[in-house]
Amino acid sequence: MTLGPLLIGIYVFVLASFVGFEMITKVPPTLHTPLMSGANAISGITIVGAVAAATTAPPTVANILGALAIVTATINVVGGFLVTDRMLRMFGKKKKKK
Amino acid sequence: MSQEVIKSTIVPIIYLLSTILFIFGIKRLSKVKTARQGNTLAAVGMLFAIVGALLELGTVDYRWIAGGMALGTIIGAAFAIRVQMTSMPEMVALFNGFGGIASALVAASVYWELVVQQKATGTVYEAVGTDEAITVMLSILIGGITFTGSIIALLKLKGSLKNGQPILLPARHFITFGLLFASIAFGALAVIGSGQDSVLWVLLLAGSALTLGILLTIPIGGADMPVVVSLLNSYSGVAAAMAGFVIGNPLLIIAGAMVGAAGLILTQIMCVAMNRSLLNVLVGGFGVTDGGGGGGSDEYTKVTSCGPEEAAMILENAESVIIVPGYGLAVAQAQHAVRELADLLKARGTKVTYAIHPVAGRMPGHMNVLLAEADVPYEELLEMDAVNPEFKNTDVVIVLGANDVVNPIASKDPTSPIAGMPILNAHEARSVFVVKRSLSPGYAGIKNELFEYDNAMMIFGDAKKVLQGLISEVKDL
Repeated sequence: MTLGPLLIGIYVFVLASFVGFEMITKVPPTLHTPLMSGANAISGITIVGAVAAATTAPPTVANILGALAIVTATINVVGGFLVTDRMLRMFGKKKKKK
Repeated sequence: MSQEVIKSTIVPIIYLLSTILFIFGIKRLSKVKTARQGNTLAAVGMLFAIVGALLELGTVDYRWIAGGMALGTIIGAAFAIRVQMTSMPEMVALFNGFGGIASALVAASVYWELVVQQKATGTVYEAVGTDEAITVMLSILIGGITFTGSIIALLKLKGSLKNGQPILLPARHFITFGLLFASIAFGALAVIGSGQDSVLWVLLLAGSALTLGILLTIPIGGADMPVVVSLLNSYSGVAAAMAGFVIGNPLLIIAGAMVGAAGLILTQIMCVAMNRSLLNVLVGGFGVTDGGGGGGSDEYTKVTSCGPEEAAMILENAESVIIVPGYGLAVAQAQHAVRELADLLKARGTKVTYAIHPVAGRMPGHMNVLLAEADVPYEELLEMDAVNPEFKNTDVVIVLGANDVVNPIASKDPTSPIAGMPILNAHEARSVFVVKRSLSPGYAGIKNELFEYDNAMMIFGDAKKVLQGLISEVKDL
């Protein structure tokens, strides 16, 4: 049996979905919002595709679409991780006081 | 090292490290002690991914990339640093929308480059590759829905769209399904369309995806927005995975699939907490059942109200107090005031705990974040199942801007719109103070019979002002 790239991709997709399901089964409600926000930042991984979409200088339609993808994906990544950290910092701080 | 070795060996290893960091990151994010570290691990994973992507590109023109990243970093950081903790759900919705549209834009850019700019003569699937062509269309569809859906969710959370009330178009299910099938048809026509003719189909697909996002979200009430945001988060993961198929990158497929699955599970957990099925949430219209649902009129007939002085006198003799925080507390930014009152009471020897309903606030866990911001010890926050047996042995319950989650009708009247929703049994306490601005109904749009109970007293006013009044009265005792 030889798997083409699409099938390998589908295998990876299905297995990674199971990993995602397994990881989230027991989460205290306290962490629902930070977890949603952190997972959301990870979905900004599309930035990897975005940087490959604007690699030449002329302002073509493809480059502009790519640049917009870079901007929006970066907002998702930077904002997402920062905001999650801000929330989680609050859970941490009172522990230090004790 | 030659560029070939970097591309074939180094970059895949970096992507693998990035994947591992994401897995550890999410795993650690789901435990309180390790959550912050988990978020940092995931962020480092993202940094690895970006470094890998740049190495993979080799030497190219970096102007768009550098400019785009700089602009995105400034905007993202500015939002993240300035946002109030109370507006966190809106922020998550907004970032989520950006993630969704980014995946759609990546797909659109690949399509435009390979088909339109290179003036492809054959069909789209010949120019881009069959699998890639199909996933381009799926990326645009899912990413587009995520974008406009998130923007509508944001507006609903802010209450600026019809106060968060559901908007029900006539024949909406027909329109929505019609448009969904039309989108699939446009996508299919684009895949088999020849070169330049496919542009029209792609534009129609993008247009209907953006419209679908709006149509799917407007019939859902503001109270259900957390579920919608969580579901859209799942979509944005799937959109990223589809973009991964387009560019043939397993890192995007893995990270996207994990986020997609995690978002779906989280959505399910939230639905269970509200005793609703996902389908029931998505069909929408919750809270617009005609008139107040389930027997009894909407008018309140025998509500007792009191001021902070009387409340303080009762608090003086209380041995145990449970605070039930709700959405009103978030709106009034009263989390610091509530902690101050709790500290005063504790100094007098009163036992103070907080009862957190799973959907208190505007997002599961939102209330915990707000109270953590005000330095309320984590151990004092009790979850519903742990706290419910305690109410009957409690002297005073203070309900702060919560409504539907303490309505006893949920367990009594099976015809009520909120029938079966698990509630906090605040009514079992000896005295209940309900701090609320008015008698207006909560998200479910129904009367709360707790307000008429003999042991319940209303303290009307903004949660923060009332708490400040209580604080000064308790200080004077």
